[in-house]
Amino acid sequence: MSILTYIAGWPLLAALALVFIPRNYRVIIRAVAILGTLLSAVSAVWMFCQYSSAPVDADGFRFVQQIPWVQSLGISYHVGVDGLNVGLILMGAIVGLAATLCAWEIQSREKEFYVLLLIMTGGILGAFASLDLFFFYFLHELALVPTFIMIGVWGRGEKKNFATFQITIYLSIGALIALIGLIALYLQSGANTFDIPAIIKHVQANPLAVNVQNFIFPLLLFGFGILVSLWPFHSWAPLGYGVAPSPTAMLHAGVLKKFGLYGLIRVALPLLPQAAQHWAHIIAWLCVGNILYVGWVAMRQKDLNLLIGNSSVAHMGFIFLGIASLNLIGITGAVLIMVAHGFLAALTFALSGYIYQQTGTLQMNDLGGLCRKLPFIGTALLMAAMAGCGLPGFANFVGEATVFFGAWKIFPAVTVIGLWGALVIGGVYMTRAMRQILHGPLPERWNTLPDANAWRKLPYALLLVSLLVFGFVPSLLTSKINPDAQKVVNLANVTVPAKLVAQAEISGVRN
Amino acid sequence: MNASLITLELCVIALGTALLLADFWVPAERKKYLAYAAIAALTGLLVISFSGQGVCSLGGSAFHGSFVNDALAVFFKRLFLTAAILVLFVVLQFSSRVPGAISEYYSLVLFALAGMLFAASANDFPMLFVSIELITITFYVLTSFQRSKIASLEAGVKYLILGALSSSFMIFGIALIWGTTGKLNFNDLAAVAPQFATSKLFVLGVLLVLSGLGFKIAAFPFQIWAPDVYQGAPTPTTAFLAIGSKAAGFVLLLRFLFTAVPCLTTHWSSLLIIISCITILYGNLCALPQRNLKRLLAYSSISHAGYLLLGVAALNTAGIAAILYYFAGYLFTVLAAFTVIAIVFKNLESEEISGLAGLSQRSPFLAASMTFAMVSLAGIPPLAGFFGKFLLLKAVIAQGAATHDHGYYWLAAITLVGVVISMYYYFGVVRAIYWSRETADLTPIELDGPAKVSLALCVAGIFWLGLFPNTILDLANEAAKSLGV
Repeated sequence: MSILTYIAGWPLLAALALVFIPRNYRVIIRAVAILGTLLSAVSAVWMFCQYSSAPVDADGFRFVQQIPWVQSLGISYHVGVDGLNVGLILMGAIVGLAATLCAWEIQSREKEFYVLLLIMTGGILGAFASLDLFFFYFLHELALVPTFIMIGVWGRGEKKNFATFQITIYLSIGALIALIGLIALYLQSGANTFDIPAIIKHVQANPLAVNVQNFIFPLLLFGFGILVSLWPFHSWAPLGYGVAPSPTAMLHAGVLKKFGLYGLIRVALPLLPQAAQHWAHIIAWLCVGNILYVGWVAMRQKDLNLLIGNSSVAHMGFIFLGIASLNLIGITGAVLIMVAHGFLAALTFALSGYIYQQTGTLQMNDLGGLCRKLPFIGTALLMAAMAGCGLPGFANFVGEATVFFGAWKIFPAVTVIGLWGALVIGGVYMTRAMRQILHGPLPERWNTLPDANAWRKLPYALLLVSLLVFGFVPSLLTSKINPDAQKVVNLANVTVPAKLVAQAEISGVRN
Repeated sequence: MNASLITLELCVIALGTALLLADFWVPAERKKYLAYAAIAALTGLLVISFSGQGVCSLGGSAFHGSFVNDALAVFFKRLFLTAAILVLFVVLQFSSRVPGAISEYYSLVLFALAGMLFAASANDFPMLFVSIELITITFYVLTSFQRSKIASLEAGVKYLILGALSSSFMIFGIALIWGTTGKLNFNDLAAVAPQFATSKLFVLGVLLVLSGLGFKIAAFPFQIWAPDVYQGAPTPTTAFLAIGSKAAGFVLLLRFLFTAVPCLTTHWSSLLIIISCITILYGNLCALPQRNLKRLLAYSSISHAGYLLLGVAALNTAGIAAILYYFAGYLFTVLAAFTVIAIVFKNLESEEISGLAGLSQRSPFLAASMTFAMVSLAGIPPLAGFFGKFLLLKAVIAQGAATHDHGYYWLAAITLVGVVISMYYYFGVVRAIYWSRETADLTPIELDGPAKVSLALCVAGIFWLGLFPNTILDLANEAAKSLGV
């Protein structure tokens, strides 16, 4: 069995175990959940350390495992890692552990919450490890549905029902559009298999006709784009994260949301190169919507969670820009930000969750001077905010700088606007928020706020350390990402001419 | 001529008659053993059908080609047998509400089953009509079985009037087809149909037969009876209507469209696409405001008829295989839901969704079974419903890619809209089970042995078809090939 099966399997196994534990054994339920995610995180760290020395298979993947599932359709359980997903799996497992540790804020129906949280963690880790289109989608959907239930049941605030409704509709539609795209891709490739490496090999030899590519690519772009809150389909995100319980927001904003981006890099770029080149400009200009427009919206927010939500949408713009640049530096940067933003989003939502738990409000006008009462939480929040503005030393800086270097050659105008958005707008709203929350006079009613105890500091520390480690030693990631990003770039920039229009006999697989 | 092919049907009819006779000697408190005997006998027949020899052995036709026993027929016969076994379990849960006459209920279920088995093999119009009438007339009685309940009688009358109407449509259509072509057998008809393709009378006849079958599967615009009948009928009847009657309608539809009039079917993809789209939207949109659980499931069953029509509209083998797979998953899902309904609403007057409140505390097992059923109906992985919908969508998109007909992509898009809408009301049921605010009656529900067995079977089936689709998918592919599309 591959280590990847364990990484995704431990949380799912723990979820199954929880079903059989009576609901009043609260300590045991929490312990089992933490144990499941801890085992998963430890396995992921081990996998990350062993990555370079592990044997590589013919397609360039490591820790591969393949079990046939439905032979007649060519579906198999196939997992493996390369540079594109090794960081994401590590990040996902660590965020999963941190989210479970942060789940102490859940006071009602804990058992169901932990079961859903563990299914979500296991599902998304499996989706990232999966090299089979069917499982890739299947496991993501398995992780997505618990999100809606968790927001609907354990969400907070008056807008809970509307936000749940909105996020369910948006993400279900996004996922289903992507499903249509993936099925169309499977049928049009003619490879008669859902195995991603096999499809890539098949398509390399018989490229898809350009009109077919131009039909499938937008399905994947907008299907995945809705999942990743690509402007103008982002409006579910800030409100959804605003009402979500913090472990759910951490996992969704940090890990689950990266699925769409990963799908674009893993599936859409290598298989639909001409269409990707054709759509790159459009993606680049949509990024401006994310970076500039949503950044501007973030400046006007009065609620800390809405601000973080909007800023997380804005950060997605950098990743899309990196993907649109279609060169080695840009794609490497995009993968780097995906990992870095995962830690960052989880950290900020965890911290805002702590503040909400203690004060019952996230209105920035009502807060102030909290750094005096909450030195640890305050400092961590400040560091997270600085990481969000792209301060050197945090992993985000490395990724964003790389993306801008990569994009400069192709989209100079967008890059200039993006830089402005990142440095100026991001700086303005982050520093303003920090000033309002952490500094200034301390309202009297917050005089008795307790800072996090050692046990509760753990998840924040874990995420901060990860951000700093990859900020100071980015080569841990870049050396792994580079060769595989190069492969994607080579595939995406093919010069082999594909047929312009599909011919009837190759366009469809009649079965 | 090979009359031994109908052994299975004869066994079922003999079993039903034996139950009626046994009613004279079995004392009232032992009536449930009749159901156990029927379940055991049907299970035996099902096992024999899988053993590869005996009553369900493949191949051949009988009675001058009016009865065929191909892979498609065998697939549906196994489906009907399984459905009848699980329905009998539901009847056991329901027996306290129809005192005195319960063994008639058992034998009526078996007679309806015999009709479905004949339908699976019907290959000419007399056989088609007789099997449909056998099913429908039995269901008139089954629907109005609770004579003391007005709603049940009302449902029976509505079903009778609309059923009679649809039968007359169908018989008129058959008459027109026979009048123009002079053929009754599907294979003979297929040979001469192309030369009548332009004859208005012939096409009208085909459309009338299709509308008669449309009543059976509750497709738009012939769905109007479904909500009232589903709501008013006794729960086991509703369950058998939802799976057995619908599947019988579909097997006849498939045979009629693809064996008898393939020359017309291939040109009617647009009609099928439009009917499928409207059925999906109608079922899902009307289900949204429902408060009565059985009524909600009626609208949901209309929408599922729409999804199943995707496979017909696809006009390819993959689509037909997808329909068969979908039915296998739908069988376990729907019967899990109706078993739970039969148990939970035992002492309540009507089946309001609010009656599920607190079920998670009254019986975690029932709550979990109902949740799995709803989640599978909504089509969420890893349960049976997801894989079925995946196969249907795949078949439709494959046909769209092969024919460059944009209608298929619209159909796929409408299906997705329907699926998203359906999540809202299916999760409404789940919410009522786990998170209703009203303080409800929290007395624990005790499950008896048979209830546990049948629910465990249904839940296992839902997971099995979702996680290990290989076996059934191979059978479905093989069965679909026998239509030779």
